[in-house]
Amino acid sequence: MAAVTTTPRQKVGWTTANFVVIALALIPVLWLASLSFKTPAAILDPSLWPHNWTWGNYTQILNTSQFIQPLINSIGIGLISTLIAVVFASMAAYAVARLRFPGKQVLIGMSLLIAMFPAIALVTPMFNIERSLGLFNTWPGLIIPYVAFGLPLGIYTLSAFFREIPWELEKAAKMDGATPFQAFMKVIAPLAAPGMVTTAILVFMFCWNEFLFAISFTSTTASRTAPASIAYFSGSSQFSVPTGPISAAAVVITIPIIIFVVFFQRRIVAGLTSGAVKG
Amino acid sequence: MSTSAEITTTDAPAPAKKKGKAPLSEGARAERRLGWLLCAPAVIVMIAVTAYPVGYAIYLSLERYNLELPQAVKFIGLSNYGAVLSSPYWWQALKVTAIITVFSVAISLVLGMLLALLMHRTLFGRGTVRTAALIPYGIVTVAAAYGWQYAWTPGQGYLSALFNSNAPLTTEYKAIAVIILAEIWKTTPFMGLLLLAGLSLVSEDLQKAARVDGATAWQRFTKITLPLMKPAILVALLFRTLDSFRIFDNIYILTGGTNNTGSVSILGYDNLFNALNLGIGSTISILIFICVAIIAFVFIRLFGTAAPGADIGKR
Repeated sequence: MAAVTTTPRQKVGWTTANFVVIALALIPVLWLASLSFKTPAAILDPSLWPHNWTWGNYTQILNTSQFIQPLINSIGIGLISTLIAVVFASMAAYAVARLRFPGKQVLIGMSLLIAMFPAIALVTPMFNIERSLGLFNTWPGLIIPYVAFGLPLGIYTLSAFFREIPWELEKAAKMDGATPFQAFMKVIAPLAAPGMVTTAILVFMFCWNEFLFAISFTSTTASRTAPASIAYFSGSSQFSVPTGPISAAAVVITIPIIIFVVFFQRRIVAGLTSGAVKG
Repeated sequence: MSTSAEITTTDAPAPAKKKGKAPLSEGARAERRLGWLLCAPAVIVMIAVTAYPVGYAIYLSLERYNLELPQAVKFIGLSNYGAVLSSPYWWQALKVTAIITVFSVAISLVLGMLLALLMHRTLFGRGTVRTAALIPYGIVTVAAAYGWQYAWTPGQGYLSALFNSNAPLTTEYKAIAVIILAEIWKTTPFMGLLLLAGLSLVSEDLQKAARVDGATAWQRFTKITLPLMKPAILVALLFRTLDSFRIFDNIYILTGGTNNTGSVSILGYDNLFNALNLGIGSTISILIFICVAIIAFVFIRLFGTAAPGADIGKR
Protein backbone atom coordinates (compact mmCIF):
# COMPACT_ATOMS: atom_id res chain seq x y z
CA MET A 1 0.00 0.00 0.00
CA ALA A 2 2.75 2.38 0.88
CA ALA A 3 3.70 3.34 -2.65
CA VAL A 4 7.22 4.34 -1.80
CA THR A 5 10.02 3.25 -4.05
CA THR A 6 12.37 0.92 -2.27
CA THR A 7 15.97 0.24 -3.11
CA PRO A 8 17.21 -3.33 -2.76
CA ARG A 9 19.30 -2.30 0.22
CA GLN A 10 16.25 -0.87 1.98
CA LYS A 11 14.39 -4.05 1.19
CA VAL A 12 17.07 -6.07 2.95
CA GLY A 13 16.87 -3.67 5.89
CA TRP A 14 13.12 -3.99 6.29
CA THR A 15 13.29 -7.75 5.92
CA THR A 16 15.96 -8.01 8.59
CA ALA A 17 13.89 -5.81 10.87
CA ASN A 18 10.89 -8.06 10.27
CA PHE A 19 12.86 -11.10 11.29
CA VAL A 20 14.19 -9.37 14.39
CA VAL A 21 10.66 -8.48 15.48
CA ILE A 22 9.36 -11.98 14.85
CA ALA A 23 12.30 -13.50 16.75
CA LEU A 24 11.88 -11.15 19.73
CA ALA A 25 8.17 -11.90 19.89
CA LEU A 26 8.52 -15.65 19.61
CA ILE A 27 11.70 -16.68 21.42
CA PRO A 28 10.30 -16.29 24.96
CA VAL A 29 7.32 -18.43 23.94
CA LEU A 30 9.50 -21.05 22.27
CA TRP A 31 11.69 -21.14 25.37
CA LEU A 32 8.64 -21.96 27.47
CA ALA A 33 7.62 -24.65 25.00
CA SER A 34 11.12 -26.13 25.03
CA LEU A 35 11.14 -26.24 28.85
CA SER A 36 7.83 -28.06 28.81
CA PHE A 37 9.33 -30.87 26.69
CA LYS A 38 12.47 -31.30 28.78
CA THR A 39 12.90 -34.18 31.16
CA PRO A 40 13.29 -33.25 34.84
CA ALA A 41 16.99 -34.02 34.59
CA ALA A 42 17.43 -31.78 31.55
CA ILE A 43 15.59 -28.79 33.06
CA LEU A 44 18.92 -27.51 34.30
CA ASP A 45 20.24 -27.28 30.77
CA PRO A 46 19.84 -23.74 29.45
CA SER A 47 19.74 -24.76 25.79
CA LEU A 48 16.76 -23.58 23.76
CA TRP A 49 16.33 -26.99 22.15
CA PRO A 50 15.56 -30.03 24.35
CA HIS A 51 17.92 -32.95 23.71
CA ASN A 52 15.57 -35.62 24.99
CA TRP A 53 11.95 -34.90 24.24
CA THR A 54 9.30 -36.01 26.69
CA TRP A 55 5.55 -35.65 27.01
CA GLY A 56 5.91 -36.43 30.71
CA ASN A 57 5.16 -32.92 31.93
CA TYR A 58 1.95 -32.83 29.90
CA THR A 59 0.71 -36.24 31.01
CA GLN A 60 1.50 -35.23 34.59
CA ILE A 61 -0.63 -32.05 34.55
CA LEU A 62 -3.41 -33.49 32.41
CA ASN A 63 -3.86 -36.39 34.81
CA THR A 64 -4.55 -34.31 37.89
CA SER A 65 -7.69 -32.39 38.72
CA GLN A 66 -5.30 -29.69 39.97
CA PHE A 67 -5.09 -28.46 36.41
CA ILE A 68 -8.00 -30.03 34.51
CA GLN A 69 -10.68 -28.54 36.76
CA PRO A 70 -9.17 -25.02 36.60
CA LEU A 71 -8.96 -25.41 32.82
CA ILE A 72 -12.67 -26.23 32.72
CA ASN A 73 -13.34 -23.26 35.03
CA SER A 74 -11.34 -20.96 32.77
CA ILE A 75 -13.26 -22.06 29.68
CA GLY A 76 -16.66 -21.94 31.39
CA ILE A 77 -16.16 -18.65 33.18
CA GLY A 78 -14.58 -17.13 30.07
CA LEU A 79 -17.40 -18.19 27.75
CA ILE A 80 -20.24 -17.15 30.08
CA SER A 81 -18.64 -13.80 30.89
CA THR A 82 -17.97 -13.16 27.21
CA LEU A 83 -21.53 -14.00 26.21
CA ILE A 84 -23.10 -11.73 28.83
CA ALA A 85 -20.64 -8.90 28.22
CA VAL A 86 -21.11 -8.99 24.45
CA VAL A 87 -24.92 -9.02 24.70
CA PHE A 88 -25.02 -6.13 27.19
CA ALA A 89 -22.30 -4.21 25.36
CA SER A 90 -24.08 -4.62 22.02
CA MET A 91 -27.25 -3.14 23.45
CA ALA A 92 -25.43 -0.21 24.98
CA ALA A 93 -23.20 0.33 21.94
CA TYR A 94 -26.23 0.39 19.67
CA ALA A 95 -27.77 3.06 21.84
CA VAL A 96 -24.51 5.03 21.84
CA ALA A 97 -24.04 4.77 18.10
CA ARG A 98 -27.62 5.27 17.02
CA LEU A 99 -29.96 6.82 19.51
CA ARG A 100 -30.28 10.28 20.93
CA PHE A 101 -30.80 10.24 24.66
CA PRO A 102 -29.55 12.23 27.62
CA GLY A 103 -26.86 10.52 29.68
CA LYS A 104 -24.93 9.13 26.72
CA GLN A 105 -21.78 11.04 27.65
CA VAL A 106 -22.09 9.79 31.21
CA LEU A 107 -22.17 6.20 29.97
CA ILE A 108 -19.09 6.75 27.80
CA GLY A 109 -17.26 8.48 30.63
CA MET A 110 -18.14 5.69 33.02
CA SER A 111 -16.89 3.01 30.59
CA LEU A 112 -13.60 4.81 30.20
CA LEU A 113 -13.22 5.19 33.92
CA ILE A 114 -13.72 1.46 34.40
CA ALA A 115 -11.39 0.56 31.54
CA MET A 116 -8.63 2.36 33.41
CA PHE A 117 -9.72 1.34 36.87
CA PRO A 118 -7.03 -0.10 39.17
CA ALA A 119 -8.42 -3.57 39.75
CA ILE A 120 -6.66 -3.88 43.10
CA ALA A 121 -8.84 -1.06 44.44
CA LEU A 122 -11.81 -3.39 44.04
CA VAL A 123 -10.23 -6.49 45.45
CA THR A 124 -10.53 -5.69 49.16
CA PRO A 125 -14.15 -4.47 49.17
CA MET A 126 -15.28 -7.08 46.62
CA PHE A 127 -13.66 -9.82 48.68
CA ASN A 128 -15.77 -8.83 51.67
CA ILE A 129 -18.94 -8.36 49.60
CA GLU A 130 -18.51 -11.73 47.91
CA ARG A 131 -17.94 -13.45 51.25
CA SER A 132 -21.15 -12.04 52.69
CA LEU A 133 -23.18 -12.83 49.56
CA GLY A 134 -21.82 -16.37 49.30
CA LEU A 135 -20.23 -15.61 45.92
CA PHE A 136 -16.68 -16.19 47.13
CA ASN A 137 -15.05 -19.16 45.40
CA THR A 138 -17.92 -19.62 42.92
CA TRP A 139 -18.14 -19.14 39.15
CA PRO A 140 -20.49 -16.12 39.44
CA GLY A 141 -17.98 -14.58 41.84
CA LEU A 142 -15.59 -14.25 38.90
CA ILE A 143 -18.13 -13.89 36.10
CA ILE A 144 -19.65 -10.71 37.56
CA PRO A 145 -16.39 -8.72 37.76
CA TYR A 146 -15.27 -10.10 34.37
CA VAL A 147 -18.50 -8.90 32.76
CA ALA A 148 -18.03 -5.48 34.37
CA PHE A 149 -14.49 -5.15 33.05
CA GLY A 150 -15.37 -6.67 29.67
CA LEU A 151 -18.19 -4.17 29.15
CA PRO A 152 -16.12 -1.00 28.60
CA LEU A 153 -13.95 -2.84 26.07
CA GLY A 154 -17.09 -4.15 24.40
CA ILE A 155 -18.99 -0.86 24.36
CA TYR A 156 -15.94 0.92 22.99
CA THR A 157 -15.19 -1.58 20.24
CA LEU A 158 -18.78 -2.23 19.25
CA SER A 159 -19.88 1.38 19.05
CA ALA A 160 -17.00 1.93 16.61
CA PHE A 161 -18.17 -1.03 14.55
CA PHE A 162 -21.81 -0.03 14.71
CA ARG A 163 -21.06 3.34 13.17
CA GLU A 164 -19.94 1.59 9.99
CA ILE A 165 -23.20 -0.29 9.46
CA PRO A 166 -25.52 0.86 6.64
CA TRP A 167 -28.35 2.20 8.72
CA GLU A 168 -30.71 2.82 5.80
CA LEU A 169 -31.64 -0.84 6.15
CA GLU A 170 -32.89 -0.15 9.63
CA LYS A 171 -35.04 2.68 8.36
CA ALA A 172 -36.44 0.40 5.71
CA ALA A 173 -37.31 -2.18 8.34
CA LYS A 174 -39.00 0.47 10.44
CA MET A 175 -40.95 1.64 7.42
CA ASP A 176 -42.13 -1.91 6.93
CA GLY A 177 -43.59 -1.70 10.40
CA ALA A 178 -40.83 -3.08 12.60
CA THR A 179 -40.45 -1.56 16.06
CA PRO A 180 -37.01 -0.13 16.94
CA PHE A 181 -36.36 -3.26 18.97
CA GLN A 182 -37.27 -5.54 16.07
CA ALA A 183 -35.14 -3.45 13.77
CA PHE A 184 -32.26 -4.01 16.16
CA MET A 185 -32.72 -7.74 16.54
CA LYS A 186 -33.67 -8.70 12.99
CA VAL A 187 -31.73 -6.29 10.80
CA ILE A 188 -28.84 -4.80 12.65
CA ALA A 189 -27.70 -7.67 14.85
CA PRO A 190 -26.87 -9.94 11.88
CA LEU A 191 -24.99 -7.11 10.17
CA ALA A 192 -23.16 -6.41 13.38
CA ALA A 193 -22.07 -10.03 13.79
CA PRO A 194 -18.47 -9.54 12.59
CA GLY A 195 -17.92 -6.74 15.08
CA MET A 196 -19.48 -8.86 17.77
CA VAL A 197 -17.18 -11.77 17.00
CA THR A 198 -14.17 -9.47 17.26
CA THR A 199 -15.43 -8.09 20.55
CA ALA A 200 -16.10 -11.58 21.86
CA ILE A 201 -12.52 -12.60 21.07
CA LEU A 202 -11.09 -9.57 22.86
CA VAL A 203 -13.30 -10.04 25.92
CA PHE A 204 -12.55 -13.76 26.08
CA MET A 205 -8.83 -13.08 25.87
CA PHE A 206 -9.19 -10.63 28.75
CA CYS A 207 -11.03 -13.20 30.90
CA TRP A 208 -8.55 -15.93 29.94
CA ASN A 209 -5.65 -13.71 30.95
CA GLU A 210 -7.05 -12.25 34.18
CA PHE A 211 -5.09 -13.16 37.29
CA LEU A 212 -5.66 -10.77 40.21
CA PHE A 213 -9.38 -11.46 40.67
CA ALA A 214 -8.79 -15.12 39.93
CA ILE A 215 -6.42 -15.57 42.87
CA SER A 216 -8.33 -13.18 45.15
CA PHE A 217 -11.90 -14.45 44.83
CA THR A 218 -11.19 -18.19 44.76
CA SER A 219 -9.79 -20.57 47.32
CA THR A 220 -10.04 -24.03 45.76
CA THR A 221 -10.08 -25.62 42.32
CA ALA A 222 -13.89 -25.35 42.43
CA SER A 223 -13.61 -21.98 40.75
CA ARG A 224 -9.90 -21.21 40.42
CA THR A 225 -9.00 -20.49 36.80
CA ALA A 226 -6.02 -21.97 34.98
CA PRO A 227 -3.56 -19.04 35.35
CA ALA A 228 -4.30 -18.89 39.08
CA SER A 229 -3.95 -22.65 39.47
CA ILE A 230 -0.47 -22.62 37.95
CA ALA A 231 0.67 -20.31 40.72
CA TYR A 232 -0.40 -22.98 43.20
CA PHE A 233 1.41 -25.91 41.57
CA SER A 234 3.67 -27.64 44.02
CA GLY A 235 6.63 -29.87 43.43
CA SER A 236 7.04 -33.43 44.62
CA SER A 237 8.96 -32.09 47.59
CA GLN A 238 9.05 -28.71 49.23
CA PHE A 239 12.39 -27.96 47.60
CA SER A 240 11.73 -29.04 44.05
CA VAL A 241 10.31 -26.36 41.83
CA PRO A 242 7.86 -27.93 39.37
CA THR A 243 9.40 -26.14 36.40
CA GLY A 244 8.41 -28.76 33.83
CA PRO A 245 4.72 -29.02 34.78
CA ILE A 246 4.41 -25.24 35.15
CA SER A 247 5.90 -24.74 31.70
CA ALA A 248 3.59 -27.38 30.23
CA ALA A 249 0.55 -25.74 31.84
CA ALA A 250 1.70 -22.33 30.59
CA VAL A 251 1.96 -23.76 27.08
CA VAL A 252 -1.51 -25.32 27.33
CA ILE A 253 -3.12 -21.99 28.25
CA THR A 254 -1.14 -20.25 25.51
CA ILE A 255 -2.48 -22.54 22.76
CA PRO A 256 -5.95 -20.92 22.53
CA ILE A 257 -4.31 -17.49 22.34
CA ILE A 258 -2.09 -18.62 19.47
CA ILE A 259 -5.11 -20.07 17.65
CA PHE A 260 -7.02 -16.80 18.06
CA VAL A 261 -4.07 -14.72 16.96
CA VAL A 262 -3.29 -16.84 13.92
CA PHE A 263 -6.86 -17.10 12.67
CA PHE A 264 -8.23 -13.73 13.70
CA GLN A 265 -5.18 -11.47 13.39
CA ARG A 266 -6.98 -8.93 11.20
CA ARG A 267 -10.04 -8.83 13.43
CA ILE A 268 -8.03 -8.43 16.61
CA VAL A 269 -5.98 -5.60 15.14
CA ALA A 270 -9.14 -3.90 13.86
CA GLY A 271 -10.86 -4.34 17.20
CA LEU A 272 -7.97 -3.08 19.28
CA THR A 273 -7.49 0.03 17.20
CA SER A 274 -11.08 0.84 16.24
CA GLY A 275 -12.15 2.45 19.45
CA ALA A 276 -9.02 4.19 20.51
CA VAL A 277 -7.53 6.26 17.77
CA LYS A 278 -9.77 7.31 14.93
CA GLY A 279 -10.81 10.55 16.59
CA MET B 1 -23.96 11.10 8.01
CA SER B 2 -25.50 9.47 11.02
CA THR B 3 -27.58 11.38 13.50
CA SER B 4 -25.25 10.34 16.26
CA ALA B 5 -22.86 12.94 14.93
CA GLU B 6 -24.18 15.47 17.40
CA ILE B 7 -23.64 15.11 21.08
CA THR B 8 -26.68 15.60 23.16
CA THR B 9 -26.13 18.61 25.31
CA THR B 10 -28.02 17.28 28.29
CA ASP B 11 -25.66 15.65 30.67
CA ALA B 12 -28.14 14.71 33.32
CA PRO B 13 -27.20 11.18 34.31
CA ALA B 14 -30.51 10.09 35.74
CA PRO B 15 -33.74 10.01 33.76
CA ALA B 16 -34.10 13.74 33.33
CA LYS B 17 -37.50 15.10 34.05
CA LYS B 18 -38.60 17.06 31.05
CA LYS B 19 -39.41 20.08 33.14
CA GLY B 20 -38.99 23.38 31.35
CA LYS B 21 -38.32 21.77 28.01
CA ALA B 22 -40.35 21.65 24.89
CA PRO B 23 -42.45 18.51 25.04
CA LEU B 24 -40.78 15.74 23.12
CA SER B 25 -42.44 14.11 20.19
CA GLU B 26 -43.68 10.58 20.67
CA GLY B 27 -40.83 9.22 18.55
CA ALA B 28 -38.14 11.11 20.42
CA ARG B 29 -39.54 9.94 23.71
CA ALA B 30 -39.59 6.34 22.53
CA GLU B 31 -36.00 6.71 21.34
CA ARG B 32 -34.98 8.06 24.71
CA ARG B 33 -36.69 5.24 26.55
CA LEU B 34 -35.11 2.65 24.27
CA GLY B 35 -31.70 4.26 24.78
CA TRP B 36 -31.95 4.02 28.53
CA LEU B 37 -33.42 0.55 28.35
CA LEU B 38 -30.56 -0.72 26.18
CA CYS B 39 -27.92 0.83 28.41
CA ALA B 40 -29.50 -0.25 31.68
CA PRO B 41 -28.00 -3.76 32.01
CA ALA B 42 -24.47 -2.54 31.25
CA VAL B 43 -24.81 0.42 33.60
CA ILE B 44 -26.21 -1.71 36.42
CA VAL B 45 -23.38 -4.25 36.20
CA MET B 46 -20.69 -1.59 35.96
CA ILE B 47 -22.05 0.33 38.94
CA ALA B 48 -22.56 -2.82 41.00
CA VAL B 49 -18.99 -3.93 40.46
CA THR B 50 -17.16 -0.60 40.68
CA ALA B 51 -19.02 2.34 42.17
CA TYR B 52 -20.58 0.35 44.99
CA PRO B 53 -17.37 -1.44 46.09
CA VAL B 54 -15.43 1.83 45.94
CA GLY B 55 -17.98 3.46 48.21
CA TYR B 56 -17.76 0.44 50.49
CA ALA B 57 -13.95 0.62 50.44
CA ILE B 58 -14.11 4.24 51.57
CA TYR B 59 -16.27 3.13 54.48
CA LEU B 60 -13.99 0.18 55.32
CA SER B 61 -10.92 2.42 55.18
CA LEU B 62 -12.31 4.38 58.12
CA GLU B 63 -12.54 1.30 60.31
CA ARG B 64 -10.13 -0.81 62.25
CA TYR B 65 -11.03 -4.13 60.67
CA ASN B 66 -8.80 -7.16 60.94
CA LEU B 67 -10.32 -10.46 59.84
CA GLU B 68 -8.48 -12.22 62.65
CA LEU B 69 -10.13 -9.94 65.22
CA PRO B 70 -13.71 -9.63 63.96
CA GLN B 71 -14.99 -8.48 67.37
CA ALA B 72 -12.59 -5.55 67.43
CA VAL B 73 -14.08 -3.74 64.42
CA LYS B 74 -14.24 -0.08 65.26
CA PHE B 75 -14.67 3.25 63.52
CA ILE B 76 -11.34 5.07 63.73
CA GLY B 77 -11.69 7.94 61.27
CA LEU B 78 -8.64 8.72 59.18
CA SER B 79 -6.12 6.80 61.32
CA ASN B 80 -5.62 4.15 58.64
CA TYR B 81 -4.61 6.83 56.16
CA GLY B 82 -2.13 8.18 58.68
CA ALA B 83 -0.78 4.68 59.22
CA VAL B 84 -0.34 3.95 55.51
CA LEU B 85 1.05 7.35 54.55
CA SER B 86 3.61 7.24 57.34
CA SER B 87 4.66 3.70 56.50
CA PRO B 88 7.88 3.19 54.56
CA TYR B 89 6.26 0.18 52.80
CA TRP B 90 3.76 2.40 51.03
CA TRP B 91 6.40 4.83 49.78
CA GLN B 92 8.71 2.01 48.72
CA ALA B 93 5.86 0.37 46.78
CA LEU B 94 4.91 3.70 45.23
CA LYS B 95 8.53 4.31 44.22
CA VAL B 96 8.83 0.85 42.62
CA THR B 97 5.52 1.33 40.81
CA ALA B 98 6.59 4.74 39.54
CA ILE B 99 9.97 3.43 38.33
CA ILE B 100 8.36 0.51 36.52
CA THR B 101 5.68 2.75 35.01
CA VAL B 102 8.04 5.45 33.77
CA PHE B 103 10.62 3.11 32.26
CA SER B 104 8.27 0.55 30.78
CA VAL B 105 5.98 3.17 29.25
CA ALA B 106 8.82 5.29 27.89
CA ILE B 107 10.74 2.38 26.39
CA SER B 108 7.65 0.69 24.98
CA LEU B 109 6.62 4.01 23.42
CA VAL B 110 9.91 4.23 21.53
CA LEU B 111 9.94 0.56 20.57
CA GLY B 112 6.23 0.70 19.77
CA MET B 113 6.86 3.60 17.41
CA LEU B 114 9.61 1.63 15.66
CA LEU B 115 7.29 -1.37 15.45
CA ALA B 116 4.49 0.79 14.05
CA LEU B 117 6.81 2.28 11.42
CA LEU B 118 7.97 -1.20 10.51
CA MET B 119 4.42 -2.57 10.23
CA HIS B 120 3.42 0.49 8.21
CA ARG B 121 6.30 0.51 5.77
CA THR B 122 7.10 -3.12 5.31
CA LEU B 123 6.12 -4.42 1.91
CA PHE B 124 5.75 -8.12 2.51
CA GLY B 125 5.29 -10.39 5.45
CA ARG B 126 2.97 -7.76 6.89
CA GLY B 127 0.49 -10.32 8.23
CA THR B 128 3.26 -12.46 9.70
CA VAL B 129 4.77 -9.57 11.63
CA ARG B 130 1.38 -8.56 13.01
CA THR B 131 0.53 -12.11 14.00
CA ALA B 132 3.88 -12.53 15.71
CA ALA B 133 3.49 -9.20 17.48
CA LEU B 134 0.05 -10.14 18.74
CA ILE B 135 1.38 -13.18 20.56
CA PRO B 136 3.08 -11.22 23.37
CA TYR B 137 -0.03 -9.06 23.58
CA GLY B 138 -2.36 -12.05 23.84
CA ILE B 139 -0.32 -14.48 25.90
CA VAL B 140 -1.41 -14.98 29.48
CA THR B 141 0.83 -12.69 31.53
CA VAL B 142 1.35 -15.38 34.15
CA ALA B 143 2.53 -17.89 31.53
CA ALA B 144 4.98 -15.40 30.05
CA ALA B 145 6.17 -14.39 33.51
CA TYR B 146 7.16 -17.99 34.31
CA GLY B 147 9.08 -18.05 31.05
CA TRP B 148 11.02 -14.96 32.10
CA GLN B 149 11.58 -16.29 35.59
CA TYR B 150 13.11 -19.54 34.32
CA ALA B 151 15.04 -17.71 31.64
CA TRP B 152 16.84 -15.70 34.31
CA THR B 153 17.39 -18.57 36.73
CA PRO B 154 21.15 -19.24 36.91
CA GLY B 155 22.21 -22.58 35.49
CA GLN B 156 18.84 -23.11 33.91
CA GLY B 157 17.83 -20.19 31.77
CA TYR B 158 19.04 -19.14 28.34
CA LEU B 159 19.15 -15.45 29.24
CA SER B 160 21.05 -16.13 32.41
CA ALA B 161 23.54 -18.20 30.42
CA LEU B 162 23.73 -15.59 27.67
CA PHE B 163 24.37 -12.64 29.95
CA ASN B 164 26.30 -14.67 32.49
CA SER B 165 24.19 -13.07 35.17
CA ASN B 166 23.96 -13.86 38.82
CA ALA B 167 20.36 -14.51 39.91
CA PRO B 168 19.06 -11.05 38.93
CA LEU B 169 15.68 -11.75 40.51
CA THR B 170 17.18 -11.70 43.99
CA THR B 171 18.49 -8.13 44.00
CA GLU B 172 16.23 -5.12 44.02
CA TYR B 173 17.22 -3.13 40.95
CA LYS B 174 18.12 -6.07 38.74
CA ALA B 175 14.78 -7.67 39.60
CA ILE B 176 12.99 -4.44 38.75
CA ALA B 177 14.88 -4.36 35.44
CA VAL B 178 13.70 -7.90 34.67
CA ILE B 179 10.12 -6.92 35.57
CA ILE B 180 10.37 -3.87 33.29
CA LEU B 181 11.71 -6.08 30.49
CA ALA B 182 8.79 -8.49 30.89
CA GLU B 183 6.36 -5.55 30.81
CA ILE B 184 7.96 -4.06 27.71
CA TRP B 185 7.86 -7.36 25.86
CA LYS B 186 4.20 -7.78 26.71
CA THR B 187 2.96 -4.24 26.02
CA THR B 188 5.03 -2.97 23.07
CA PRO B 189 2.81 -4.73 20.50
CA PHE B 190 -0.30 -2.99 21.83
CA MET B 191 1.52 0.34 21.77
CA GLY B 192 2.70 -0.44 18.24
CA LEU B 193 -0.81 -1.24 17.02
CA LEU B 194 -2.33 1.90 18.52
CA LEU B 195 0.44 3.99 16.96
CA LEU B 196 0.05 2.15 13.66
CA ALA B 197 -3.59 3.20 13.54
CA GLY B 198 -2.47 6.78 14.17
CA LEU B 199 0.25 6.44 11.54
CA SER B 200 -2.24 5.36 8.89
CA LEU B 201 -4.00 8.70 9.32
CA VAL B 202 -0.87 10.62 8.30
CA SER B 203 -1.36 11.53 4.67
CA GLU B 204 1.05 9.99 2.21
CA ASP B 205 0.78 13.06 -0.05
CA LEU B 206 2.11 15.32 2.66
CA GLN B 207 5.10 13.02 3.06
CA LYS B 208 5.72 13.04 -0.68
CA ALA B 209 5.46 16.82 -0.86
CA ALA B 210 7.99 17.15 1.95
CA ARG B 211 10.28 14.69 0.21
CA VAL B 212 10.10 16.72 -3.00
CA ASP B 213 10.98 19.81 -0.97
CA GLY B 214 14.10 18.02 0.16
CA ALA B 215 13.19 17.05 3.73
CA THR B 216 15.21 14.18 5.14
CA ALA B 217 13.49 11.11 6.53
CA TRP B 218 14.20 12.31 10.07
CA GLN B 219 12.80 15.77 9.33
CA ARG B 220 9.69 14.25 7.80
CA PHE B 221 9.25 12.08 10.88
CA THR B 222 9.66 14.88 13.43
CA LYS B 223 7.96 17.68 11.49
CA ILE B 224 5.06 15.84 9.89
CA THR B 225 4.47 12.38 11.30
CA LEU B 226 4.93 13.09 15.00
CA PRO B 227 2.75 16.23 15.21
CA LEU B 228 -0.04 14.56 13.24
CA MET B 229 0.18 11.51 15.46
CA LYS B 230 0.02 13.48 18.69
CA PRO B 231 -3.55 12.44 19.56
CA ALA B 232 -2.79 8.76 18.94
CA ILE B 233 0.40 8.97 20.99
CA LEU B 234 -1.38 10.62 23.90
CA VAL B 235 -4.15 8.06 23.94
CA ALA B 236 -1.61 5.24 23.87
CA LEU B 237 0.43 6.90 26.62
CA LEU B 238 -2.55 7.46 28.89
CA PHE B 239 -3.79 3.90 28.47
CA ARG B 240 -0.38 2.39 29.00
CA THR B 241 0.51 4.58 31.99
CA LEU B 242 -2.65 3.71 33.88
CA ASP B 243 -2.31 0.08 32.88
CA SER B 244 1.29 -0.05 34.00
CA PHE B 245 0.50 1.65 37.30
CA ARG B 246 -1.67 -1.30 38.31
CA ILE B 247 1.06 -3.87 37.52
CA PHE B 248 0.52 -7.04 39.50
CA ASP B 249 0.82 -10.34 37.57
CA ASN B 250 4.44 -10.04 36.45
CA ILE B 251 5.70 -9.04 39.89
CA TYR B 252 3.63 -11.68 41.66
CA ILE B 253 5.21 -14.44 39.58
CA LEU B 254 8.71 -13.04 39.10
CA THR B 255 9.56 -11.98 42.64
CA GLY B 256 6.38 -12.10 44.70
CA GLY B 257 7.32 -8.61 45.85
CA THR B 258 10.40 -9.78 47.75
CA ASN B 259 13.57 -7.68 47.96
CA ASN B 260 11.60 -4.44 47.83
CA THR B 261 10.16 -5.11 44.38
CA GLY B 262 6.48 -4.97 45.31
CA SER B 263 4.18 -2.52 43.52
CA VAL B 264 1.28 -0.75 45.19
CA SER B 265 -1.04 -3.49 43.88
CA ILE B 266 1.16 -6.16 45.48
CA LEU B 267 1.10 -4.20 48.75
CA GLY B 268 -2.70 -4.00 48.70
CA TYR B 269 -2.95 -7.71 47.96
CA ASP B 270 -0.55 -8.65 50.76
CA ASN B 271 -2.41 -6.51 53.27
CA LEU B 272 -5.63 -8.28 52.48
CA PHE B 273 -4.53 -11.89 52.11
CA ASN B 274 -1.45 -12.12 54.29
CA ALA B 275 -2.19 -9.56 56.98
CA LEU B 276 -5.98 -10.06 56.63
CA ASN B 277 -6.40 -6.39 57.34
CA LEU B 278 -9.48 -5.10 55.55
CA GLY B 279 -9.17 -1.60 56.96
CA ILE B 280 -5.59 -1.02 55.82
CA GLY B 281 -6.22 -2.93 52.58
CA SER B 282 -9.14 -0.64 51.76
CA THR B 283 -7.09 2.41 52.62
CA ILE B 284 -4.42 1.30 50.14
CA SER B 285 -7.16 0.68 47.56
CA ILE B 286 -8.48 4.21 47.96
CA LEU B 287 -4.99 5.72 47.81
CA ILE B 288 -4.26 3.82 44.57
CA PHE B 289 -7.57 5.03 43.19
CA ILE B 290 -6.60 8.61 44.04
CA CYS B 291 -3.17 8.16 42.36
CA VAL B 292 -4.84 6.90 39.19
CA ALA B 293 -7.30 9.79 39.24
CA ILE B 294 -4.39 12.25 39.59
CA ILE B 295 -2.49 10.66 36.68
CA ALA B 296 -5.58 10.78 34.46
CA PHE B 297 -6.30 14.37 35.51
CA VAL B 298 -2.74 15.50 34.80
CA PHE B 299 -2.79 13.86 31.36
CA ILE B 300 -6.08 15.44 30.42
CA ARG B 301 -5.04 18.84 31.82
CA LEU B 302 -1.67 18.82 30.09
CA PHE B 303 -2.93 17.61 26.78
CA GLY B 304 -6.36 19.15 26.64
CA THR B 305 -9.14 17.28 24.99
CA ALA B 306 -6.92 14.75 23.31
CA ALA B 307 -7.93 12.26 25.96
CA PRO B 308 -9.78 9.23 24.69
CA GLY B 309 -13.52 9.50 24.83
CA ALA B 310 -13.44 13.25 24.43
CA ASP B 311 -14.57 12.51 20.93
CA ILE B 312 -16.14 9.09 20.99
CA GLY B 313 -19.66 10.47 20.98
CA LYS B 314 -19.02 12.62 17.96
CA ARG B 315 -17.80 10.31 15.29
